Amino acid sequence: MTKVTTVLTFLLTFFTTNPAYTASAQLQLKPVDIDLSDKASLQRGARTFMNYCLTCHSASYMRYNRMGKDLGLTDEQVKASLMFASEKVGETMTIAMRPDDAKKWFGSIPPDLSVISRARGADWLYSYFQTFYLDNKKVMGTNNSTFKNVGMPHVLWQDQGYLQKGTNGDLTRLSEGDLSKDEYDEMARDLVNFLAYIGEPSKIQRLALGKWVLIYLALFFFVAYPLKKVIWEDITK
Amino acid sequence: MRLIDWIDARFPATKFVKAHLSEYYAPRNFNFWYYFGFLALIILILQIVTGIFLTMHYKPDTALAFASVEYIMRDVPWGWLIRYLHSTGASAFFVVIYLHMFRGLLYGSYKEPRELVWIFGMLIYLTLMAEAFMGYLLPWGQMSFWGAQVIISLFGAIPYIGEGLALWIRGDFVVADATLNRFFAFHVIALPLVLLGLVVAHITALHEVGSNNPDGVDIKKTKDGQGIPLDGIAFHPYYSSKDLVGLIVFLFIFSLILFYMPEFGGWFLEKDNFIPANPLQTPEHIVPLWYFTPFYAILRAVPDKLFGVMAMGGAIVVLFLIPWLDRSPVRSIRYRGPLFRIALTIFTISFLALGYLGTQPATGLYTSLAQVFSVLYFSFFILMPIYTSLDKDQPVPQRVTEK
Repeated sequence: MTKVTTVLTFLLTFFTTNPAYTASAQLQLKPVDIDLSDKASLQRGARTFMNYCLTCHSASYMRYNRMGKDLGLTDEQVKASLMFASEKVGETMTIAMRPDDAKKWFGSIPPDLSVISRARGADWLYSYFQTFYLDNKKVMGTNNSTFKNVGMPHVLWQDQGYLQKGTNGDLTRLSEGDLSKDEYDEMARDLVNFLAYIGEPSKIQRLALGKWVLIYLALFFFVAYPLKKVIWEDITK
Repeated sequence: MRLIDWIDARFPATKFVKAHLSEYYAPRNFNFWYYFGFLALIILILQIVTGIFLTMHYKPDTALAFASVEYIMRDVPWGWLIRYLHSTGASAFFVVIYLHMFRGLLYGSYKEPRELVWIFGMLIYLTLMAEAFMGYLLPWGQMSFWGAQVIISLFGAIPYIGEGLALWIRGDFVVADATLNRFFAFHVIALPLVLLGLVVAHITALHEVGSNNPDGVDIKKTKDGQGIPLDGIAFHPYYSSKDLVGLIVFLFIFSLILFYMPEFGGWFLEKDNFIPANPLQTPEHIVPLWYFTPFYAILRAVPDKLFGVMAMGGAIVVLFLIPWLDRSPVRSIRYRGPLFRIALTIFTISFLALGYLGTQPATGLYTSLAQVFSVLYFSFFILMPIYTSLDKDQPVPQRVTEK
């Protein structure tokens, strides 16, 4: 069943993707698998998100306890491992940084990340985390080939290390980070998975409910169609 | 005394049910194309019901609108389902309406005596476009904002009064809080009321003259002793049971989209609309939703703004005139000559091509193609009196045929 829906989704997506977006995407994006049923990945992604992102970026439509419930964590676990002291578990993920200060420091206000995965797409986000490179012309010392001249520094540099951009535009390794390439890929993937989750937490319910609705309609068809046949018998003969 | 007798003595309940359902005689030979009117009615009800629930949580305020939609998606129990029903329903409405209108073209359902059925239908289509356009502003995303900005600015092309008119529509110099509030008012009450009234008029006119059919045969010409058309069958239970099957098939496809791909690859919910409206940042491509793109392509195909707006308006106005442009005595395409068949084919291709081109950047080849297809689109209507009179139509049978 899951396989069938995956194939169907793929085919439909392939044939229906709005060309307005494919046309504009001249970037080579690195594809990433999103799996909202992978709770461990979502939990790891949540930790990365809380530690690295949620200081400059808010996710102000997302509540901590909702996240806990969907990620299989109790309120106590969320409080202990994913929250800082002052907030309550029923609150949304806001930050203390003032927009005016952010504008001064980064040149633009870091966007709220609640629905960033729906605006950018998972592949774009994954590529973005993979394509920071050193650039002396930038105030922060880094640039990004997925998002040109982005104001955000390479926050995950300790984990990934630094890349540099060759004259042909390819990114090559300059220094090692704490993580191997595979480990960093997984870290980025978990983070994107988490961002995809907070983009649409109801997707979990949506997919779960969908198959029952389709099964119900299919069964109903096998009631309604014979009923129509019987009623029409005197017309069609 | 039975309850129904008590009611009937005071209110024509039984009379109404008989006139419109159990003793409304529809031709027996309805085919695939005849599901869409019924489906449109179902979607109208779906949109109204889901819309009522959305208004309970939505905030028509530029500071709150975007967040309130996300609140519905996350914190309102079943809010996500209601919202997706409404957003998927909007696109489904246009799919169904376009197929319903195409059926009218195929079988000449606009021809005498159904001119008013067609006119009321066109007014419904026009109202629906306004309804969809205003509804799309409400999520207050980038595409909501810039789409509205572009479309309203078109009014500015009208000489002398244009700029003042655009200002009057917006209530501000740019799309702003005043615009959002009035669009909300139009979307949730003014236009739905108009829509409901027009639907009543559309169905009343239809039930007065009776339904057309794929043969275009006038079934009222051959009646039995009781005055019932020989080729007519009661809407209920025959078409009610048949439409139920159609409804289930429709809902299956609808649910497949709603539950597994509610954005429909960016066609139903655009990516840029997940970025809150920002008057200082223009998106790379401003694309209207897919159901407006044929007309958007015509607008952009004309180099001059005023003439472009006139062409776009004209593209809709000509549809109203079809009943009088078509000079053929034959309704259904089954008995029409080759000229009409070719013309309708070219028109259909042009409409689809314009729909595609409207989603693309207006550059070089695309603009030239849009110009060619715009000319073909209008030729279908302008040349209609000529080719329908010259056409070699075939004789129409007295009675409906089986398949």
